[in-house]
Amino acid sequence: VIPARFDYDVAESVEHAVELLGAGGGDTKLLAGGQSLIPALKLRIARPAKLADLGRLTDLAYVKDGGTHVAIGAMTRHATVAADALLDEHCPIVSYTAAQIGDPQVRHRGTIGGTLSHGDPASDMPAVVLALGADLVARGKGGERVIPATEFFTGVFETALEPDEVLVEVRVPKLGASTGWAYAKAHRRRQDWATVGVAALVHRDNGSVAGASIGLVNMGGTPLRAKAAEDAIAGGASVADAAAAVTEGAEPPSDLSGSSEYRAHLARVMARRALEQAMG
Amino acid sequence: MSATEAKTAYVGAPVKRREDEPLLTGRGTYVDNMTPVGTVFMAVVRSPFAHARVTSIDLTAAKAADGVVAAFSAADLRDDWKAAMPCAWPVTEEMKNPPHYPLTEVARYQGDGVAVVIAESRAQAKDAAELVDVDWEPLDAIADVSKALADGVPLVHPDLGSNECYVWRLDTDATGEKLEDADVVVSRHYYQPRLIPNAIEPRAVLALPGAAGDVTLYSTTQIPHILRVLVAATLGLHEAKVRVVAPDVGGGFGSKLDVYAEELLALALCRRLGRPVKWVEERSENYVATIHGRDFVTEYTLAARKDGTITHCRARVTAAMGAYLQLVTPGIPLLGAWIYSGPYAIPNYSVEFTGVFTNTTPTDAYRGAGRPEATYVIERTMNDLADELGMDRLELRRKNFISEFPFTLASGLTIDSGDYHASLDKLLEVLDLDGLRAEQETRRENGVAKQLGVGFSTYNEMCGLAPSRILGAIRYAAGGWDQATIRVHPTGSIQVVTGTSPHGQGHETAWSQIVADQLGCEIGEVEVLHGDTAVSSIGMDSYGSRSLPVGGVALCYAADKIIDKARELAAHELEVSPDDLEYADGSFTVKGSPDKERTIKALAFTAWSAHNLPDGMEPGLEATAVYDPPNFSWPAGAHAAVVEVDTETGDARLVRYVAVDDVGTVVNPLIVDGQVHGGITQGISTALYEEGTYDEEGNLQSANLVTYLVPSAAELPSFELERTESKSPTNPLGVKGVGETGTIASAPAVIGAVIDAVSHLGVKDIQMPATPERVWRAIQEAKS
Repeated sequence: VIPARFDYDVAESVEHAVELLGAGGGDTKLLAGGQSLIPALKLRIARPAKLADLGRLTDLAYVKDGGTHVAIGAMTRHATVAADALLDEHCPIVSYTAAQIGDPQVRHRGTIGGTLSHGDPASDMPAVVLALGADLVARGKGGERVIPATEFFTGVFETALEPDEVLVEVRVPKLGASTGWAYAKAHRRRQDWATVGVAALVHRDNGSVAGASIGLVNMGGTPLRAKAAEDAIAGGASVADAAAAVTEGAEPPSDLSGSSEYRAHLARVMARRALEQAMG
Repeated sequence: MSATEAKTAYVGAPVKRREDEPLLTGRGTYVDNMTPVGTVFMAVVRSPFAHARVTSIDLTAAKAADGVVAAFSAADLRDDWKAAMPCAWPVTEEMKNPPHYPLTEVARYQGDGVAVVIAESRAQAKDAAELVDVDWEPLDAIADVSKALADGVPLVHPDLGSNECYVWRLDTDATGEKLEDADVVVSRHYYQPRLIPNAIEPRAVLALPGAAGDVTLYSTTQIPHILRVLVAATLGLHEAKVRVVAPDVGGGFGSKLDVYAEELLALALCRRLGRPVKWVEERSENYVATIHGRDFVTEYTLAARKDGTITHCRARVTAAMGAYLQLVTPGIPLLGAWIYSGPYAIPNYSVEFTGVFTNTTPTDAYRGAGRPEATYVIERTMNDLADELGMDRLELRRKNFISEFPFTLASGLTIDSGDYHASLDKLLEVLDLDGLRAEQETRRENGVAKQLGVGFSTYNEMCGLAPSRILGAIRYAAGGWDQATIRVHPTGSIQVVTGTSPHGQGHETAWSQIVADQLGCEIGEVEVLHGDTAVSSIGMDSYGSRSLPVGGVALCYAADKIIDKARELAAHELEVSPDDLEYADGSFTVKGSPDKERTIKALAFTAWSAHNLPDGMEPGLEATAVYDPPNFSWPAGAHAAVVEVDTETGDARLVRYVAVDDVGTVVNPLIVDGQVHGGITQGISTALYEEGTYDEEGNLQSANLVTYLVPSAAELPSFELERTESKSPTNPLGVKGVGETGTIASAPAVIGAVIDAVSHLGVKDIQMPATPERVWRAIQEAKS
């Protein structure tokens, strides 16, 4: 319940946050919504020297029309994302998935930037932005850069962010009427992390299925794209056959929620259901 | 008319709990709300190993840390203990109980305490505890109850030469027939998963040194009275110098029915340091430092004639004690020992319990304590016996139900009352079993992923602990009585002092209802005091569904004494014989002259002023009754669960739960519903979610609320609750206990429903909890 000692600073701007990260020499953690970090602090699993609180960066809490994409500020809370009309219209898999995260308390404090930067392979949103091919915008000393989601998640709790970079925005593509979607989450209790989650997007060309993008939750050290299954769909395979290929390249963990073998089975079931739903 | 026949106004009414408003608006007083000036804070240094010897321990760095007042190792405090930590239930003469103390030099479970640090703040104490430098010599550990007696396994207490703690048997042989010779014999193995109590308020202790060698202990305890006796004995203090207070306590479920190391440490250290010492458990600390429940391996056998008449039941149980014996650890299996025949008339009875030590957190009482373990194996095996006989599962139950009361069980105890058929009849009225079976058939025919199952549990239990003579006969150290004092103040308002110690149950409300009816006053005129040995000097506290059928009944007898004295006084004032007075609703009238009246309120003033009392009568209107129940309390009922199982993922979800309970007279239906809701949820949770697991080395894997799955409201349907009522003839209120019925009844109904949902796929058994993976694997195995 009681964290180890840490210093605390309030970031007054993104630039200030970058400065605090740089001054901390890698031992400063950003506090966004705190829904993962604060429990880790209380369990003394995380023992940063300093927290830089992003809580006052309200200018990073937004959902905006970006033309071909919808731009979501990193400090936007899950509950806001879940209820956003623009996302509901153009990229409903994001708002739907935001509503599946944790419990109401978590959704009202946790942020989209926080969950992506945390890099937890068991979190819901990383696999969704991966399947969407979203762009993640980071700001550091050298200014802003855009990191494709496919390059963002590098390991367990590791991302492509430099030690002094702050994630500021997520750009998710607008899905046209030709794209079907589903996010299927298998979990024990309502507020639990996914034992396995599958995000599926099915793209149609002139009414017939042209391809699919599939993101997997908790099936390896990072959120994964199920390339073999995607290729199968693109090659005209049946949903059942494609779903059977969903575990190719995955290394599902074994823990109290399920063995690796069970997770692999579960991923195939959830992938089939997600693809069926996305195909409508 | 006697007090116990007074007209009822409050008893039976859904009176809202008077406790709730202060608790829900943050105006309760929990232990952690109290921090007297000068308080220091304690942190316990705990073993990261399941079994390890402390080869050296260096407190230098901890003592030098910011804010640290003192630090102590086990050796430093050895002389503070005048006795080992208490176990009040040596179940056999030969039982092994190796002495253990609040701190140890050999850790025997992960979380065993080896040192304490005292600092000016809780955070400083926690930080400094990390600086205690311990050299460990790890030893081999055994965590698995099923292997504890195998050859060559590590020994928790090597001096004993074995991990066996005791063997306890109860055998009767009424008919002389051998079990093996029966027409049908069904024998099954079951495991009751280890459960980890999660009271919403973790444990907390505040020990205050007094000016005259006295101490006051504020503790999140269910048992202030018992605790007082035992901490005095352990610390070598006069009981008169020890006051124990249980202020508002946020749940316990048995986990606060104990004498804990931290209580003794805080008391010893407050005396050494001359300052108040406080300790508040962290939630993850709760997982290792507070007792666990269950962890039983059982082989259960039923034998029957071809017509379904059950002739024998036999239970062979191996029960994990954990590393040490806590207050009633060895007695937990015995709380179910007399009811392994369930609500059925089974003439031949055999139960054998083997208690074993493992390198795990000690087990002890957890809601139901010994009885859920019994009901589960009985009800699961009843299903299989019915299948084996080719009989309907409910028909087999009905055929064997005890149907005449009082009924003396083969195990020797006598059930005072009940109507088991009535509960099952009512259950079926509500359930729509035909509709459910039709729906199940349709889904099976359609081969859809989500299949439906229905499970039943017809149960009885014994609670209301307990007749003192029986407790003595089974070697429990204390009695099972309780006390009530009623004081009628000079102005007529009423003070009740109870020996029970509520920690969420609502005794203040329910006791007021009972007393207001007895003495004919408004419920708001009754105050109820409890949980402080300076206020309530004797009592046996709250556990085992005993508060109402023991402490609540004591109220009636105390009220009788008040009425008797008031009657004498009224007769004296009205110059009539006491026999000429009629009593009703708090008022005495002269038979035939109803205008001649004296109220209890008025008589209370007379008794207080004492100007005109009958010769020899003491002033004041106050009475105490101590009630020792002549029998246990015997609730019963019939429950059904409806479950949907996703046969592809193995995910089982409860869709309906119907409970019909017979708890005798219901004093407050809101409170009873609340108890039943919570109780059912804990049984469902055992069936589907909660499982305390250790790895081979004895590391607790389910060590927090992320990995130990306590369900939330989102996992549960709205329960459908009904009642039947057969009043207990044992007590004047007709009440029975209700605190544990739901937990005792529900797990086998839920597991029965899960198995029923996939039985058409060939699945016959799924062990608890029925996790998605276990259900999936059961389906896979049945297919192959």
